[in-house]
This record gives sequence, structure tokens and C-alpha cells, in this order.
Amino acid sequence: MSVSKDKIKIEGLTGDAAIAHALRQADLDVLSAYPITPQTIIVEDYQKFAADGEVNAAVIPVESEHSAMSACVGASAVGARVATASASAGLALMWEILYCAASMRMPIVFTVANRALSAPINIHNDHSDGMGMRDSGFIQLYCQSSQEAYDTTLMAFKLAEHHDVLLPVMVGIDGFIVSHNVERVEMLPDDAAKKFVGVRTPVQPLDPKNPITMGPLALTDYYFEFKEQQDRAMQQVIKVYKEVEAEFEKLTGRKYGIFETYKTNDADIIFLAMSSMGGTAKVVADVLREKGEKVGVIRLKMFRPFPTKELAKAIGNAKAVAVFEKAMSFGAATNPLALEVKTALYGTKSRPIIANFVVGLGGRDVPPMTFVEGFEKTKEYLKKGEAPLYETLGVRK
Amino acid sequence: MATDNKPAVSIKDMIKKDRILNSGHRMCAGCAAPVVIKLMGMALRGPTIVCNNTGCLEVATTIYPYTAWNLPWIHVAFENAAAVASGVIEATKVMHKKGRFDYEHIDVVALGGDGASFDIGFGAISGAMERGHDMVYMCYDNGAYQNTGIQRSGATFPGQETTTSWAGSVIPGKLERKKPLAEIIAAHKIPYVATAEPSNYRDFITKFRKALEVEGPAFVHAFSPCPRGWRSATGESIALSKLAVETGLHPLYEVINGEEWIMSSASKNLKELKPVDEYFKTQGQFKHLFKPEWEDFRKRIQEQVNHDWELLKKKCGVD
Repeated sequence: MSVSKDKIKIEGLTGDAAIAHALRQADLDVLSAYPITPQTIIVEDYQKFAADGEVNAAVIPVESEHSAMSACVGASAVGARVATASASAGLALMWEILYCAASMRMPIVFTVANRALSAPINIHNDHSDGMGMRDSGFIQLYCQSSQEAYDTTLMAFKLAEHHDVLLPVMVGIDGFIVSHNVERVEMLPDDAAKKFVGVRTPVQPLDPKNPITMGPLALTDYYFEFKEQQDRAMQQVIKVYKEVEAEFEKLTGRKYGIFETYKTNDADIIFLAMSSMGGTAKVVADVLREKGEKVGVIRLKMFRPFPTKELAKAIGNAKAVAVFEKAMSFGAATNPLALEVKTALYGTKSRPIIANFVVGLGGRDVPPMTFVEGFEKTKEYLKKGEAPLYETLGVRK
Repeated sequence: MATDNKPAVSIKDMIKKDRILNSGHRMCAGCAAPVVIKLMGMALRGPTIVCNNTGCLEVATTIYPYTAWNLPWIHVAFENAAAVASGVIEATKVMHKKGRFDYEHIDVVALGGDGASFDIGFGAISGAMERGHDMVYMCYDNGAYQNTGIQRSGATFPGQETTTSWAGSVIPGKLERKKPLAEIIAAHKIPYVATAEPSNYRDFITKFRKALEVEGPAFVHAFSPCPRGWRSATGESIALSKLAVETGLHPLYEVINGEEWIMSSASKNLKELKPVDEYFKTQGQFKHLFKPEWEDFRKRIQEQVNHDWELLKKKCGVD
């Protein structure tokens, strides 16, 4: 059942504020977090809701991000609906517990305002924090707008807590670019949001009536089986995400997909990017199309699990893919997003040329001209029949 | 487990009490930690959840697919049991209000060894105590990172030889003093802090029960001999624990609200401290201290212990 328009509340919200509203409506049991820019508003706003009695959750203002994620694991183990928020160095401090949360199958929703990692210390956006945790076992969903951040946060609980999944979910927004940018956001009425998200039904909670041991020592004889199961759960994510989103679409009319395609059908060159860069890429594609260039865009939302087959299909017969990404994997063959894209396309017949452009580190602006530059280079590489493994754009060399 | 009106402090009551830790675990012969845990079990009053830091106790009692625990139990990492416990206790309260958790109150106990408590998890404990969660944090202190092979911790005594504080030709084992963790936690002004050890088992059980009964955080520092790490006789652990009290190396006391210091009778009734040499003689890890070149160093340890003892007596109003 869709919600009638007069019941939809429209507000100008930053990405952080939109997430805070989603967390309010998700009827959390516990939110545990530590302040870090540019995520802080999420927790500040949520604390305000708590102070005004608008939420029935315990807010645990922990002494570190490590403890934030630890308290989330403890609360989730009892069967609570749990969320936290962080970014950058804070996320890095959580790193050890991210793996525990995923392997212990705690459906925690972790909202992140993606920010560069130190050093030098820098508060602005890139994806090095999210890419750093990419192997932790978290599902990763990167959002382009405040609206998408709100919608995705609500959907994240249903995805995480689904019994075929039971994995934590990271919901990422670009620090400052989305976290602090006010946009028009449509919000569901509280009761409709609450009904959509539902109540968590834990599978094996800590319960004095049925005492179990959680987080045991598992050595050479069993550790691997835990990982096998975790991998199997990850394989269920795309299917469940589609179900959750279909339900959400019925309610709101909005959907994003595991990635968004824009004018890709006949495209020779496809820009592939995540988060807010998706918007810029589309604008540039429009301009280039006016000039007769067949350019399309894929804005990837789900980085984990990586939608390998789906992406290969969507790229189809394009001649080249220009991957723009805001992270660097020092010493790697190429960078995280391009590595995945190359792997996805290796087995295809068309095997397009892949150009990898590292851009926007530490919040360096990625203007339309950066995409144009990438486009020109990609065209050259097409002519040559090969592209370098990666290169940086928009940096003094 | 039914709610118990009083802790099982008599042998008669103790044998009737449900065991929280089963036999068959893989702790070393003579390790006092399982005794400490069983004594804790004698103090429990109702539904309890245990959050355990990484350490000997954790690895040796929960080797998958087995577990020695009869209580709901969770381990996440080395340094975070206090934070995990914060999440557990707050979640149960909220979920009870929403009708999704049966118990209105649940006792939450966080456990850690001295490495987890004095060192790596110190921040998490401090945070949990400051936030006032209604939990008991118990440190079982065996004086070093015994699980990883006897490395020094903030709880290691001066003069103690470990695999990272070797007794060599120029260094007599650990040079630094032991971190006064119970005092530091007491300085958080939490309702209850106690030191305990298994030879004074009634005192232990009574204190642990008090720790559960106060509203808000409580901290118990339990001494726990380790024959493997200390190079002591496996049958002597409880006697060594007693000797640690008698030599003033692990004095027994309680601190109420960070202000009222009460010396426990086992310490208070000592006419005078036994020399620390008596304690040192029982363990291979202190053997080197009796070489002539470390005579002065050993004396200085004794002076420090005497000094700390006098300070403690003063705080507790004991003459």
C-alpha cells in the first residue's frame, strides 16, 4: 500500500539529519556512538529526539568508536535493534570489531559520512574509510542524496535483520557533500515507516532461559566453517535487497537498485562512480551526448556484496568503462572499485577497456571538467586499445 | 536460575548452588581462575549474562563446539567486555519496556584478565564506569599476559620476571610498580569497588554479591594465581593467594562511592605484614631477586609495599 501524498512530510534536510530521522522512525532499541565530523549531526539530532522523548531507545555515549561498535554488538546479541554512526579515523578505530560484528552475525546498521583517513588529518570526503572496511563482512550501500540516505537507512534494517542475511550494513553518504548539504527530503509518516521496518526477531539471542555461548574460540577445525556460512549469507544479500526495495517502492514509489544506470543502453563509454559523483557524472553525460558522444553512467550503490554478474550485464557491449573512485589502494594493481569492475568483466566476451581515475581524495572537488578529462583520456585509450592500470586526476603532479 | 535471597557463603549452601562453569574446561592444572569464577557463581542472585574479554578464561572455556558455561555468555574481543556489557544491559532494559525481553532486571558481569583490564581495555572500563551502567566488572589478575605466554602487564609486580621483562645480568625483571587499578576505578566515584581473592572465599562471595546489589557500576579486583606463569607448585595456588594478602601485595578492602574505604578483616586482622620475600620464595618468577646483586632492589620493593600498606591503612582508618 502506498502512502497518500498528504501524509508525506517534506523537509529540507542534510544527509545527516535525514539519517537521524530514519533512525528515529526505525524504533531503535540502542544507539551507541562517538562523535566524529562529518557524522556528528546524526547522533546530535538523535540525542535531541531522545531528550524530547521522541524515541524509545537507550543512547550510549561511549568513550570511543571501538566501544561504540562493541556496545552495538552486545546490544544486538540480546536481540536489540541497534545502530551507530562514524567516519574516517573513528571507523578505523572500530575496525577490529567490524569483523566481529559481521562474523557474529549482528544486524547492526552503521551509518557513515565517508571521510578521508589520516594522515594528514582531513575532515573531507573520500571513500578510503569505506574501502578500508570492505573485507570486514559488512554490506555496503553508498547513497547519492539525502533522500536516498533516509530511504536506505530504513531499508537497511530490514535487510540486515532478514534471517537469510543477518549481517551488518554500512550506509554511506559523502562527508559534507551530502552529510551537510540541505536537500528536499520526503519522509514517511512515523507509523508507516515503523510498520515497514517492523520489529526485529532475533534468531539466537543471549537469554538466561536458554543460555548459549556466543563468540567462542574456533580453531583449525571450525573457524573456516564460520567463514563459509558468512560467505553464504553474503550471497543472499542481493536477492533480499531486491525484495526489501520492492516493498519500499510500493510504499513510496522510490527505488534505486543495487546500482543505477543512466543512458547506458547504447553507450560506448560508461562512467562508473559511487555516491555523489554519480550526479556529476550524469550531468556530464548529458552534455557529451548533446555533442554526439554516446556516454552513459552507472552509479554503483551496493559495493558489498559486489554485484558482479548484474554489473557485467549492465555494461553489456560498451567499449570502455571509465571508473572514477575516491580511494587508493597503495601498491595494488589498481584501486578498489576498478579491481572489482575488472574482475566482473574479465569473463565477458566483449571485455571493454577499463580506465581507472582516482579523484577527489581528501575532499578535493570533482567538478564536471574532471569527468570530461577522464572522458577524453578514455577515448584516447580506446584508440590505442589499452589503458594504464590507473591514474590520478585533479592533483598537482 | 531462580532469584536467590542471599549468596551461598556456607559450604552447605555452596554445594547446593548451580554451577556456572562446568568441569571439562581446559584451564591449566592449578589455575585459580576457574575457582574465582565458581566463587562468583556462589554470589549470583538471578538471571545473569556474562561478557568476557579475550584471555585464558575465554579461550580455555569455550573451545568450539564445546562450552563450559551454563550462563548466557558472550566474547567479542580483548579490550571491550565493559563496552559489550554496556550494550547488553541497556538493551535488556529498553527491550523489557517494549515487551521483548522477559526480565525487568538482569545482572550483567564483565570479566577480564589483568592484561585486558589494567592495559588494553582500561579505557573501555573507565568509560563504562563513568557512564554508570549497572554492571559488575571483575578483573581476575594473574599478574601477566599468561594466555599469550607470560608477558608483562600493568599488573605485573616489580621484580617479576616475564617474557617481556626478563631477569638478566643488568635488569632484575619488571622495574615499574603495579598500577593501582582498584584505586583508579574507585576514583571514578562508583558505588562499589572491592579487592578479593579465592582463599578468603566467604569474603569473596560476600563482596561479589554486594557488587551485584549496588545500583550502578561495581568493580571487583580478584587475585588469581597462575602456576604456569609464576613457576609455582600447582597445588599451592590458593595458599599463594592467601600469602599475597598476608604480605600486603594484594590487600583486601572495599571502597564505597569512592569515599568510604573499608579494610576487610583478612587484611585488617594482620598484626604485621609478612615479608614479601616469603611470597617471592614460592615462585620461579622471583628467583633471581635473591641473587646478591638484587638485594637492594628487593629491599626497595619491600619498602614500597610497606609504604602503600600504611597509606591504605590510613585511608581505611586502621591504626
